[in-house]
Amino acid sequence: MSRARADEEEYWHSSKFRAFTFDDEDDELSQLKESKRAVNSLRDIVDDDDDDLEKVSWSGDPVGSISWSIKETASSSTSSLESRDSSLQKGYSSYSAFPKQASSYSLSSLFKGRNKLPSFQSLSDALSDTGVKNYAPELRRPKAEYKDYSSDWSPKDTVRRMQRGKVCSLERFRSLQDKLVLLDEAVAGHDGNIITAVLIFLKRTLRKEILFQELEVRQVALCHLIHFLKETGEQKLLLDLLRFLDRTEEVALSQYREHLNIQDVEKRREFLKGCIGLPFSAEDTSHVQDHYTLLERQIIIEANDRHLETAGQSEIFRKYPRKASILNMPLVTTLFYSCFYHYTEAELSALQIPDKQYVLTALAARAKLRAWNDVDALFTTKNWLGYTKKKAPIGFHRVVEILQRNNAPVQVLQEYVRLVEDVETQLNLATKYKCHDVVIDTYRDLKDRIQLAAYRCKVERGSAEEEKIDSILNNTQIRWKN
Amino acid sequence: MAAHLSSGRVNLTALREAGRRELREFLDKCAGSKAIVWDEYLTGPFGLIAQYSLLKEHEVEKMFTLKPGRLPQADVKNIIFFVRPKLELMDIITDNVLREDRGRSPQRDFHILFVPRRSLLCEQWLKEQGVLGSFIHREQYSLDLIPFDGDLLSMESESAFKECYLESDQTSLYHAAKGLMTLQALYGTIPQIFGKGECARHVANMMIRMKREFPGSQNSIFPVFDTLLLLDRNVDLLTPLATQLTYEGLIDEIYGIQNTYVKLPPEKFAPKKQGEGGKDLPTEPKKLQLNSAEELYAEIRDKNFNAVGSVLSKKAKIISAAFEERHHAKTVGEIKQFVSQLPHMQAARSSLANHTSIAELIKDITTSEDFFDNLTVEQEFMSGIDTDKVNNYIEDCIAQKHPLIKILRLVCLQSVCNSGLKQKVLDHYKKEIIQTYGYEHILTLNNLEKAGLLKSQTSGRNNYPTIRKTLRLWMDDVNEQNPNDISYVYSGYAPLSVRLAQLLARPGWRSIEEVLKMLPGPHFEERQQLPTGLQKKRQHGENRVTLVFFLGGVTYAEIAALRFLSQMEDGGTEYVIATTKLINGTSWIKSLMEKLEPAPF
Repeated sequence: MSRARADEEEYWHSSKFRAFTFDDEDDELSQLKESKRAVNSLRDIVDDDDDDLEKVSWSGDPVGSISWSIKETASSSTSSLESRDSSLQKGYSSYSAFPKQASSYSLSSLFKGRNKLPSFQSLSDALSDTGVKNYAPELRRPKAEYKDYSSDWSPKDTVRRMQRGKVCSLERFRSLQDKLVLLDEAVAGHDGNIITAVLIFLKRTLRKEILFQELEVRQVALCHLIHFLKETGEQKLLLDLLRFLDRTEEVALSQYREHLNIQDVEKRREFLKGCIGLPFSAEDTSHVQDHYTLLERQIIIEANDRHLETAGQSEIFRKYPRKASILNMPLVTTLFYSCFYHYTEAELSALQIPDKQYVLTALAARAKLRAWNDVDALFTTKNWLGYTKKKAPIGFHRVVEILQRNNAPVQVLQEYVRLVEDVETQLNLATKYKCHDVVIDTYRDLKDRIQLAAYRCKVERGSAEEEKIDSILNNTQIRWKN
Repeated sequence: MAAHLSSGRVNLTALREAGRRELREFLDKCAGSKAIVWDEYLTGPFGLIAQYSLLKEHEVEKMFTLKPGRLPQADVKNIIFFVRPKLELMDIITDNVLREDRGRSPQRDFHILFVPRRSLLCEQWLKEQGVLGSFIHREQYSLDLIPFDGDLLSMESESAFKECYLESDQTSLYHAAKGLMTLQALYGTIPQIFGKGECARHVANMMIRMKREFPGSQNSIFPVFDTLLLLDRNVDLLTPLATQLTYEGLIDEIYGIQNTYVKLPPEKFAPKKQGEGGKDLPTEPKKLQLNSAEELYAEIRDKNFNAVGSVLSKKAKIISAAFEERHHAKTVGEIKQFVSQLPHMQAARSSLANHTSIAELIKDITTSEDFFDNLTVEQEFMSGIDTDKVNNYIEDCIAQKHPLIKILRLVCLQSVCNSGLKQKVLDHYKKEIIQTYGYEHILTLNNLEKAGLLKSQTSGRNNYPTIRKTLRLWMDDVNEQNPNDISYVYSGYAPLSVRLAQLLARPGWRSIEEVLKMLPGPHFEERQQLPTGLQKKRQHGENRVTLVFFLGGVTYAEIAALRFLSQMEDGGTEYVIATTKLINGTSWIKSLMEKLEPAPF
């Protein structure tokens, strides 16, 4: 942080900003304790009736609510779920005894359904012959519905009737002109449901090029078609459309998105390689390139490390077994992994990482392994005279926090606390993490007798630190400021 | 059951009644015993319309959740699917139907109830799978606007914002217009319509068109609403990104309120009975309903969280005193009186206990260092400080791998408060995000850019300071305990959307023409003619009623701000709030993220 914490605090209190804090002494919410006490003391009086008070099951759904009832009624009937044989055909014909409402819209099979469920195949095959007669209910169409087919509705009326959920045939609209008027009417009605229905009809009855051309000047309808193609997973037609519209960046992103559906890593890598040449923005091009490079590297690391791990000869893998595969992990996670298992192998340069991020990640990894020498080396720089100097691009207060999170011993911790530049931050950290030596030295340097004396009771009785404080307090050479 | 719906200026019980009637009518169409298979998302919203008892009266014997595989055994005549029109749900239904045992006797009949609208696309899909003919009744249940509270309606359409602003799909706007037509059928034509934004314009157009095309909708009901204000969410992208600081807002930010219910960690609610010492600590979350039916909650939900403690402690004293009364009850009459009040007192006590526990849970979080740091940065951005450079706190959070949504909220907030980020700053953030969280988030970042939440400052001009100053979005002297301005809901920031509503009522938008032009989309005014007999003659001192419709979502803090305006003594306007979805920054950003996991089915 550029603004040191102390400044921040002062800024906060002095500036016009109101912090959302609770002052400890007089805060409104300390009154919570009071109401808590009151509530507790009241328990004795009313506890007996407690259970009758609200008719609420423990999960909180009032008894009788819908979600509660689902649980209740379901639990009483799940027992014999799988206990029946599947004599699928028997008695099936009785199904047709009920009058069925027809498929109200004569949009016949328009787009090819994805067969997302291979398991269906066998079942629907088994049903297919009876299916024909049972799923052909047009014969029983009520009289009223016939009317819609014989009448000659205008495009406008057709749309209006569809909006009211009535049956309408679109097949009558044969000329391009009619179809476009129909589409424009649907768009003017704003009902996405109807717009989509008309689009499905147009998509089936118009040549792709003509459909695209007409949609280019009809933005609303165009958006609906794009959404619809995405929804139904018609990737190829979608890409054709976007290419036609010259929305190349969208084509690229839409294609790139597909990699998420590829489980096999080798295939995924190949796919990403193919994405590199796509017309992304300049910035995204480099990201996709990096994505590919990362996965390529991960595949190598994974193969290598899985081998090492199963062979059982590498000490680090024996001591710290891997929790998960590194495949498809983010860059920074990969870097951490590499710093953890392969720190000495200079393997990392291929991943281009900003300095700050590298230091943070390497520090966390080495600290976790308690490799304090590596940590030391991370911040040591030599100038041309050979003098060494400590430098941390992330600020030493951050270094201290990361070390502390990894349970670094006080000796290590205080070495870095001393390197924190801002005195107040240093003092805060030292106090927080019990780096007594640093605290004592700092108060001495600040010539703050009162604080030093006060700190005396925070160290252990008879300890070296206590002795140190006493000797400083008794030192007559120091000119205390208080 | 729904008394809280009639407590406001507009009696919304009528809307709920209409919903129940329609539901009964549908159920009665499917004669005989029934089982309902629920799209799980719908059970919450339906719960606000009807309880299980209503369904049971109409022979609903079993209820299941929709999932692939064979439907459970249940000896009922009808199986009814209650679903949203979504293709992935159609696939599950198809699976259910195809696996139905045709040999069973008696046969079970299938029906579908689409909520809120039948979808030709879905029916086509079912037809493709060869099962469309299996359904006897295929109907729609127009659950457009669901009453949540006496002054609050929501369509609970999760994807409305994404559809409107990312995919330019106006279906949810059509549903909004439909919902408004229903509302007008029940509560009279709304004479004045104001709006700001592209979507607002569309909805107003649709309403006017629908009215023209269905002359039957001309009704003779005396208008309850004076004004309708339609607001696009993208007119004010800032507000939902900031952390809400009202009691209800914080509950939503931290635990998420779903259809007026919240699930809380059970530890603080453990029944402490003597002698039972932690025998069975509950492991399931504690679920509570939050609405104005609970007196105490109605009083504290809209307060700044810092003002909640004092109310709770005052309540505690009152209740303690009331219970003390029993010692003074000497005569039989007095004891009888005390006993008769006991149920009410016990309810109050249990309510107080719950909210004390919730407040404690929230306090643990609001007093944490990270909450403080996060809020500091938000407030800096909103007041216009250091919005044009890379923020250290955000960098730190990325380095520590804080949840991605938190990062995105902050970066978007910075972008909005700077009318877009400098290209260099934007690139830096993007790079850090995808390197830390994964390259695939390129897709999410692109979505956020498309929605305008994240952008590079192309025009080179930052309008936000002008907007902030003119609309007084940042107030230095905020009073959290006894607020005198809506800015208390964000401890300093006054939500832009609500400011627009406030200024519309007084002195009118003409005073802020310049700023309105800086915000996206047109602003407009329409009038709907009323028959002469229905024109309102206002009593002296009678408040106007304005319906504010947020297209794309509204936060609880914004609702609190509008309620605050309703209650102002000389305010002159009372507000009823409608929206496509109740949102907070997290749920909102989530709705814009690419779904990165493969579909569960």
